[in-house]
Amino acid sequence: MAKKSNESVFAPEQYELAERPSHYFTMNRRDFFGILGSGIAITFAAVNTGYGLSIEGLPENQIGAWLHIAEDGAVTIYSGKAEVGQNIRTSLAQVVAEELGVEMKKITMILGDTALTPYDRGTFGSRSTPYMGPQLRKAAASARELILDLAAAEWKVDRSLLSINDGNVTNKNTNETVNIGKIVKGKQLVQAVDDKVALKKIDDWKIAGTSVKKVNGESFVTGRHKYVSDMKLPGMLYGKILRAPAYGATLISADLSEAKKITGVVAVHDGDFVGVAAVDLSTANKALQSIKAEWKFEPQPSRKEIFDHLRKTSKADDRAEKSGDVSSAFSKAEVKIGQTFNVDYIAHVPLEPRAGVAQWEGSKLTVWAGTQRPFGVQEDLADVFQIPKQNIRVIQPDTGSGYGGKHTGEAGMEAARLAKEAGKPVKVVWTREEEFTWAYFRPAGVIDVKAGADKIGMLTSWEFHNYNSGGSGIDTPYQVKNKLIQFHPSDSPLRQGSYRGLAATANNFARESIMDDLATDLKIDPLEFRLKNLSEKRMIDVLEAAAKAFGWGTKPEKDHGFGIACGEEKGSYVAACAEIVFDRNENDVKVLRAAVAFECGGIINPNHLENQIMGSIIQGLGGALFERIDFKDGKILNPKLSAYRVPRFGDVPKLDIVMLNRKDLAPAGAGETPIIGIAPAVRNAIANATGKRLYALPLVPQGLEV
Amino acid sequence: MDLIINKKKYSVNSTPEESLLNVLRNDLDLTGTKYGCGEGSCGACTVLINDVAVRSCITKAASVEGKAITTIEGLATNDKLHPVQQAFLNVDVFQCSYCASGMVMSTVSLLKKKPEPTDEEIINGMQGNVCRCGTYPRIMKGIHEAIKIQKS
Repeated sequence: MAKKSNESVFAPEQYELAERPSHYFTMNRRDFFGILGSGIAITFAAVNTGYGLSIEGLPENQIGAWLHIAEDGAVTIYSGKAEVGQNIRTSLAQVVAEELGVEMKKITMILGDTALTPYDRGTFGSRSTPYMGPQLRKAAASARELILDLAAAEWKVDRSLLSINDGNVTNKNTNETVNIGKIVKGKQLVQAVDDKVALKKIDDWKIAGTSVKKVNGESFVTGRHKYVSDMKLPGMLYGKILRAPAYGATLISADLSEAKKITGVVAVHDGDFVGVAAVDLSTANKALQSIKAEWKFEPQPSRKEIFDHLRKTSKADDRAEKSGDVSSAFSKAEVKIGQTFNVDYIAHVPLEPRAGVAQWEGSKLTVWAGTQRPFGVQEDLADVFQIPKQNIRVIQPDTGSGYGGKHTGEAGMEAARLAKEAGKPVKVVWTREEEFTWAYFRPAGVIDVKAGADKIGMLTSWEFHNYNSGGSGIDTPYQVKNKLIQFHPSDSPLRQGSYRGLAATANNFARESIMDDLATDLKIDPLEFRLKNLSEKRMIDVLEAAAKAFGWGTKPEKDHGFGIACGEEKGSYVAACAEIVFDRNENDVKVLRAAVAFECGGIINPNHLENQIMGSIIQGLGGALFERIDFKDGKILNPKLSAYRVPRFGDVPKLDIVMLNRKDLAPAGAGETPIIGIAPAVRNAIANATGKRLYALPLVPQGLEV
Repeated sequence: MDLIINKKKYSVNSTPEESLLNVLRNDLDLTGTKYGCGEGSCGACTVLINDVAVRSCITKAASVEGKAITTIEGLATNDKLHPVQQAFLNVDVFQCSYCASGMVMSTVSLLKKKPEPTDEEIINGMQGNVCRCGTYPRIMKGIHEAIKIQKS
């Protein structure tokens, strides 16, 4: 049986944590010991959260670390996950409401706060639903069982007569009903989460599994929600950072004397960090412009040279997946293709750029950061300031998106350095140009594929090498005896990191393109060819569902083309069909419609799932068609929204989305995988319409010459 | 300078070059209006000047002195949401919602000009607003919902 890619020998999330802090401050040793005090870690005093008891000090195996029930029956959930628009504040509350037997309106979610929530590695890799979901379900179900125990003991009745519904314990014989808050009496639930506790069957769900609306939706449509970039603390200064003029430039000297002369300006030069803070943004900008800096430059590869550069600087990863003998199988194959694919760097472009607010109180630091990894930022801060983690609290208010692009907390770190100097809180919000230049990119990559099949259309040989983009989705879901699949890390001249779906977009694009070309050369329908070589039922199901919704099997009009593709990643399955039209006068391609089928196990919130799938497809269309970062001599040449095209209203095709609800399977994440099907489906549709086989992402940044 | 924002008069001490966006956000703490690109390309900073959608990041505050400025904070009346806000909530449009203020303001402006636009007119009217989460089909649905609410 084909090995599932989530069991791959490759480290699929190799980029998730890869980016190191952008600065290391040269705090002198006296400062270091001064901050550390006697060397004993000082913990935060119990924080009055206003939401009930702080979970400070409770071990993570305790129910109370995750969940608190107040005397009035209000339920507070603590999770270190970050809300960046995937709507987990809603979906995680739904699974708790379901297991505990309380109404949604009774639940408050505390997310992404290192002082209040249990440690969490970060919000990435589609892990919130498959890992945090069950964790909270178990905590809620354990609480439910504990409350029933307490009620049975208090009422001296048979426990089996009791149940919890709408936040009340009810005795079914007497109809006596008491709010759970009256049973718990505001105490902490000091009992271990039972790993084997019985969870409600997905079939029996009444709150989970329904389209509950975004829980704090009104605060967004009214503009009331305070993103980090909106925050203002008393006495707060606005910070600006001196950026290098190019990648590879190192600071030789900086003269801050003019900046320091401006009233109220704080200017810092610490190692390679140069920044200023002032009472308002225009003064901070003026101070920044007054700094005279000298830089040393190093030659940098340009976009034109990048693909050669990645190949030249690559190393073979020794974790190759190998079976059979690809070279002899390839030479014997009756139909064969060898091709190289290029994939450009692209930018996440989160609409809220990086933002951080920092405040020191003595040796204690609080940082508000728009990040997907509040605990990671806490660790980075501890590292660069050389202070114990316990002295640092990182708070992540619901953030203006991430898409894998906010695993770091640069703005928070910069604000903290300036705030330390200023003795006042400081806010740093990156400009769009800073975000385009110094945030990290989705890696560029080169992919070599050699594939062969026999006359009847069975794959016989599959060789696949990915240079730099990553190992996610690199394995093939198709059955093939002889295969060699290898990832080769390279030296990236630009800062690179995670992106929604990681390398699965690139790897899926190359694989599904080759599958299509093989089908065409074999004169077999591309859907049929895929089905012939697949054994995984879940993949077959999404392919057939997408094909049915699309009307696969009909013939496109002249200059129109149909394309199909499928893929699996992080335990969920997607298939996409697309129709394009080629405009011969404009030499341009327009995507007219797409039918996408997606399956991620049991569905927690159908409406929000559909929104994630739609959003993924539309974001995916940008990278498929036109998004790419252009660069030369270490400079980003298109660091603006007017120069870097992202999908807009007019780019949206007609979308037909099919969600397969597998109530027999645990829910898997859905924020990433739906993005991987659209690029190859569109590429294959272009080939179908024009005969032109494209081997690069983006496909048509400057139209298509046929 | 004196600005009339959401029917209230504000006196602001600011340089003549300062953008309306910075004045709203930093001087007046009206942070519902967002910074997205600083060049009028994303629509996150959209406000209404005399009922017409304008990009506040490329509008000098001094240039709108005396004009009626409406921001997202000024749309709801007596705790009742504006029909566009209500419509977007009904449809459950957003993901990260950072574009929401701009989308709402652009829609309000669009529907003032044309109470029942066609899909094509909606696309043209909203082309300058970016939702990076890609909720455009939902926004479209929300605009149709708003048209329905306003008609009734």
